[in-house]
Amino acid sequence: MTRASAAPRDAVAAAIQAAGAQGRPALVGFLTAGFPTRRDFKKNLAAVAGVCDVVEIGVPFSDPMADGTTIQRASFAALSDGVTLPWIFDELNSLESRHAAPILLMSYLNPLLSFGLEALPRAAASAGVAGFIVPDLPYEESADLRGALDREGLALVQMVTPVTPPDRLAMLCREAQGFIYAVTMTGTTGAVKGNSTEVPAEVLEYMDRVKQCSTIPVCAGFGIRSRGQIADFAGHVDGVVVGSALVEVLERGEDVGAFLTSLR
Amino acid sequence: MNSPLRTVPPSALPDIRGRYGAFGGRYVPETLVPALDRLQAGVDRYLHQADFQAEFNHELKTWVGRPTALSRAPSLSQRWGADVWLKREDLAHTGAHKINNAVGQTLLAKRLGAKRIIAETGAGQHGVASAAAAARLGMPCVVYMGAVDVERQAPNVGRMQLLGATVVPVTGGDQTLRAAIDEALRDWVSDPDGTYYSLGSAVGPHPYPYLVRELQAVIGREARAQMLQQAGGLPDVAVACVGGGSNAIGLFHPFLGDAAVKLIGVEAGGRGPGLGDNAASLTFGTPGVLQGSYTLILQDDYGQVRETHSVSAGLDYSGVGPEHSYLMKSGRVTYESATDDEALAALAECAKFEGILPAIESAHAFSGAKRYAGAHPGARILIGCSGRGDKDMPILQRTLLKNFE
Repeated sequence: MTRASAAPRDAVAAAIQAAGAQGRPALVGFLTAGFPTRRDFKKNLAAVAGVCDVVEIGVPFSDPMADGTTIQRASFAALSDGVTLPWIFDELNSLESRHAAPILLMSYLNPLLSFGLEALPRAAASAGVAGFIVPDLPYEESADLRGALDREGLALVQMVTPVTPPDRLAMLCREAQGFIYAVTMTGTTGAVKGNSTEVPAEVLEYMDRVKQCSTIPVCAGFGIRSRGQIADFAGHVDGVVVGSALVEVLERGEDVGAFLTSLR
Repeated sequence: MNSPLRTVPPSALPDIRGRYGAFGGRYVPETLVPALDRLQAGVDRYLHQADFQAEFNHELKTWVGRPTALSRAPSLSQRWGADVWLKREDLAHTGAHKINNAVGQTLLAKRLGAKRIIAETGAGQHGVASAAAAARLGMPCVVYMGAVDVERQAPNVGRMQLLGATVVPVTGGDQTLRAAIDEALRDWVSDPDGTYYSLGSAVGPHPYPYLVRELQAVIGREARAQMLQQAGGLPDVAVACVGGGSNAIGLFHPFLGDAAVKLIGVEAGGRGPGLGDNAASLTFGTPGVLQGSYTLILQDDYGQVRETHSVSAGLDYSGVGPEHSYLMKSGRVTYESATDDEALAALAECAKFEGILPAIESAHAFSGAKRYAGAHPGARILIGCSGRGDKDMPILQRTLLKNFE
């Protein structure tokens, strides 16, 4: 039996807390697998993992209902290029050495069901994946996947949002693993509401409420794209997720490492 | 408690988690969970409440034009060697059954205090119905419609605009109904408190499949009573087309307890059985989660939902309502498909010999009924004529009328 303390999911919270020990919010970087090309995936992954404390790899899906235009575009492009979940596992298995930053897969439920919940946890753990974020899987529907992932000590990261009622927030925080993914706004990934350079006070107050509820790290995500925003979040959350902005950098063929370093 | 809207005992499906056997459920982003909870509370509180029903039934009677007629089809009866009856949803206001659901959900939206209505549409019928209901009840309405459908159902786009709705063409994804639903869900995620999403078919997360069924079951309740009165007995078989499956579940549900009545759903067989050549999710699909529900879907080996093909925009959808998946697995309803060509031929036959131009969607049901008649001479057949074909003129010009002398 694996000891609980050695579970892959523990590495996620540990990586976020390590950033905190350095006096900064952890940086969680998201990239769509195989975007803009399958060939450059390992190179792009290395660039993200080189700067970020945790890496989210997006598994492309045909119906990304929680995603804004950037990640939709990346998802459709990756699918046309032939990216599949087995291919992602193959790529991770063929890395010369594992990245220090823990890796999470962000996937809609159907590609995971199609892979098979029996085979998924072992395949993911063998590929060095520490857990999953599943944007269309509310807690009430998550028992099967949660149970399967538990067998390999993998995290199922839970999202909370500004419209989550207090009693539900408390329940979700109790059940959360790895970190709490606190969605900054009602909307899709990458959306910008109001002034994108300054985080509104009510968002920070909501983050404080989530923080108070949670015994594990809290990371803010959706629409975070500037150093100024990240500075605003510092002290309120343990980390920030940068997704669409990073995918746009990949899309434009710019220097991923330089962009991410500029955020830290 | 024995309200006219309630078509099944409260103990019947779906269960408390929105499941029809293994199918159904509620697979949505966390942002929508409170919105669906509110919708569920609204459904529990209002749907079977006397005031709500009185207003709903009043609108159905005085504005939609219900009950719709049951027409005997003498020429089709003679040609097919059967006794054919048509439930005439094509006569309902805005030209299809979609208005039943649109009126009901818009009334519910008002009670829930929503500021605006959003809707998706494939053939444009639910969009037109939503626009009309929103105009009638004084609410702003935005309709998401795949760019491909905007082109092939152009007359309906103009109708929606005249009815005061904003039509947003969706250029992402497959640019048909599925992409329109994705985009409507994104809109709803952005404003879950002020927006009411009026979903047009018996698909999506719980409680939509239940809500839509309850609002559409008026079709089957009327048809059942009309058959008893006009035809002198229940039909041997009731046939309806199935895309998402709202008109089919509405027609079938009140007959589920009549064991002697066979029920047949006809899906869009398109060009043939290959993945991507049809929209027959029950016939060719496998279980998966699409747009909030665990149901049968057309997907590849990696769980990617595939584009579909059908000559009828209203059936051109990769999934199907979860209750249909359940009714197929339980064996109560038989599902088959009709190809594009079979549907167009059935449309032409009905138009020429009965003086009724059915929607291409509905024509799939006529095709299935004709097939049944061929195997069961003398059968009494009830066909759900779910809508009229006027909106299909652009595509009929390019198909049936291409070589018309």
